Amino acid sequence: MSTAVATPAADNGKLEFLVRGEHHPAQGTLLGFWIYLMSDCLIFAALFATYGVLSLNFAGGPSGADLFDLELVALNTAFLLVSSITYGFAVLKMQQNSLKGTIGWLAVTGVFGLSFLAVELYEFYHLLHIGAGPQRSGFLSAFFTLVGTHGLHVTFGCIWLVTLLLQLRKHGLIQENKRRVFCLSMFWHFLDVIWIGVFTYVYLMGSMV
Amino acid sequence: MSSAVQTYSDTTSAVFGRLTWDSFPLHDPIILGTFVMVAVGGIALVVALTKYRVWGYLWKEWFTSIDHKRIGVMYMILGIIMLLRGFADAIMMRLHQAMAFGDATGYLPPHHYDQIFTAHGVIMIFFVAMPFVVGLMNYIVPLQIGARDVAFPFLNNFSFWMTASGAVLIMLSLFVGEFAKSGWLAYPPLTGILQSPGVGVDYYIWSLQIAGVGTLLSGVNFVVTIVKMRAPGMTLMKMPVFTWTALCTNILIVAAFPILTAVLALLSLDRYMDFNFFTNDLGGNAMMYVNLIWIWGHPEVYILILPIFGVFSEIVSTYSGKRLFGYSSMVYATVVITVLSYLVWLHHFFTMGSGATVNSFFGITTMIISIPTGAKIFNWLFTMYRGRIQFDVPMLWTIGFMVTFVIGGMTGVLLAVPPADFVLHNSLFLIAHFHNVIIGGVVFGVFAAITYWYPKVTGYKLDPFWGKCSFWFWLIGFYVAFMPLYALGLMGVTRRMSHFEDMSLQIWFQVAAFGAVLIGLGILSFLIQLYVSYKKRDSLRDETGDPWNGRTLEWSTSSPPPQYNFAFTPQVHENDAWWQMKQHGFKPPQEGFLPIHMPKNTAAGMVLAGLATVFGFAMIWYVWWLAAASFAGLILGAIIHTFNYKRDYYIPVEDVAAVENRRAEVLA
Repeated sequence: MSTAVATPAADNGKLEFLVRGEHHPAQGTLLGFWIYLMSDCLIFAALFATYGVLSLNFAGGPSGADLFDLELVALNTAFLLVSSITYGFAVLKMQQNSLKGTIGWLAVTGVFGLSFLAVELYEFYHLLHIGAGPQRSGFLSAFFTLVGTHGLHVTFGCIWLVTLLLQLRKHGLIQENKRRVFCLSMFWHFLDVIWIGVFTYVYLMGSMV
Repeated sequence: MSSAVQTYSDTTSAVFGRLTWDSFPLHDPIILGTFVMVAVGGIALVVALTKYRVWGYLWKEWFTSIDHKRIGVMYMILGIIMLLRGFADAIMMRLHQAMAFGDATGYLPPHHYDQIFTAHGVIMIFFVAMPFVVGLMNYIVPLQIGARDVAFPFLNNFSFWMTASGAVLIMLSLFVGEFAKSGWLAYPPLTGILQSPGVGVDYYIWSLQIAGVGTLLSGVNFVVTIVKMRAPGMTLMKMPVFTWTALCTNILIVAAFPILTAVLALLSLDRYMDFNFFTNDLGGNAMMYVNLIWIWGHPEVYILILPIFGVFSEIVSTYSGKRLFGYSSMVYATVVITVLSYLVWLHHFFTMGSGATVNSFFGITTMIISIPTGAKIFNWLFTMYRGRIQFDVPMLWTIGFMVTFVIGGMTGVLLAVPPADFVLHNSLFLIAHFHNVIIGGVVFGVFAAITYWYPKVTGYKLDPFWGKCSFWFWLIGFYVAFMPLYALGLMGVTRRMSHFEDMSLQIWFQVAAFGAVLIGLGILSFLIQLYVSYKKRDSLRDETGDPWNGRTLEWSTSSPPPQYNFAFTPQVHENDAWWQMKQHGFKPPQEGFLPIHMPKNTAAGMVLAGLATVFGFAMIWYVWWLAAASFAGLILGAIIHTFNYKRDYYIPVEDVAAVENRRAEVLA
């Protein structure tokens, strides 16, 4: 509730019932985006729960221990975690009002994001190739859906990132663009957090089955 | 809804997917007749709109409008239109069940009847109750908190069109293909691709997915609006109760609709790509669907009823001329219901076999919800106690609600007892129970709200005579239509039957059908009321903007409010802010106006939602190229929209002064 002119006080005993002058309510975009992320988090919660229920339903097919290549996943995890750090650098540069630095670090972030996607696509391709596609069992359906939904989010993050780079080049670090950089930043870190859950719960614990 | 049982070929054409001439139910007289009526009505409407040259007006002032008031009205109109469709389904079912005994088979073949009960449930919840509730919040909440619009006005327009898009798809299913035959929550494995190979379940999935996006975004929008945009001085515990209930409802929307999105996506993967989430073999688990959908579904019923509790709170205190009794207990009760609504979902399937411990837990949490709800009832009663009650139409609805809803609540507590539920599960007792709370609660509340706020929206009151007709037809019609179902349910009659052998039951169904006719008269009276009130608008006009001696800020504006709602943002000191302003002899200022910063209208929401409709239709009919193209268009359109940085303008100070001075003249 920020007010340009706050006059709640009474003058000569009379209550003031109007805000004279300009009144701008607080900007709600960041809060709104945060709430959206939490609702997105619930989609992932549902997918995690589904995976939890189906994770042992192999239907005679392969299990996580048979399929997961942890070294590959570790590489992928590294890509994504590093991309979060580079995004952090982009935000730091933005706060120093360096357009070039912001764009540069965002581009680096995008490269890591795309590397992550490339490795994930390779992994999926490999699994489909050896007959361990999502149609094979409940476990694999849940695996592909959970990991794939995360991958789709990263894909949209990359599309958004390219859009944002264009907008930054066009308009520079104006208020609207700064807000967008912050929103994508939240989105990007959020995907990192989700991935830590995926990495731990799906890959590490799945390999022990 | 097609008549002849359709055959589904495995081949789909590259151009039209599985859409063929057979998809159009030309051979079914009932549907063909409906289609002809809709087509004639539609063409007549288009001709009339063109003749009176209102297309430009509609486009500029309504369809592309991001004014929360206009959007609110559009939601209400959508709700009314879909209410007529949903009621048509209801009366068809009631007539069929009253006829189909013994040798008589009724007039609907089973696969048609099954589509009707599914469509009835889906439409009434998603496209009648939801638009009504969201529409009310849209119109009222920003006015009650002293704001000029919602936090994200464009998103608000987009949300509406996504809801409308879902409604368009479900209406299309009537004439192109068929609708689901599965019941309103579409449980697998019945809705799996093996048992339901047709387009019905796909219509269900895509209309709900698209409308669900709209609902979720509008939930985010309203939480931010209420949290961030309240007038200075309006602390949380000084918010009007309707706004409080709207806040809780929108938190529930944000926390529940993602689950619906997720579970429908999983069902789609099963159907479209042979995944094994809910299949019978290869490690699927159908009961997981039932759990997930009710984790959304139970909060959903509170999403519908909480704002209605808010409506009744506003009405009771206005028409009793008193401040609401127990404001803070009302707020806490609302919050407690919000939390508890997440802890009861399993009571929808006690018979799943989770065991006595789990069932006891959910049975007890369910019964606990009746405590805060009961507290609300007592608060309303104590508000009326020693008040100067005016029995205007909104108050009639309120009293009808209090009696009816308590009965529905008691049968709900009966169903919450797991052993009783094992007997009553899936019986007509259940049907009677939830109609008892949804009609007695949500529907009565919506009519009360429409009557209460109509003068705010239009500048004239609704005609009370036809309002009373509508109320009495609805009230009596409800009891005549649904009390027999309680009795039938106790006798063991299950839901969704299209034929009965036991002739002794027929009389109950005939009585229920008569009740449905009475409800139909109630709806008709409501429509007549709208027409008559429009005709008599000069004698029913309200110039003050405060026809009921209201208490909250929406009554401080003119009726209808100016586009910017408030020339000056109100400064709030206590509950019932407008009441306090009146007590202090508040006079609106005549000078010192400033230009007002407002968002610009945009067609983007309608265009994007239109593309979503095309995408949904293409997915339903396996027209892959169109699905890909419309999806790409959707993404591209959204991106292009983000390149538009000039989204606002200033209303010049002369315009503001002109509007405000005109109002001052009227008031003087």
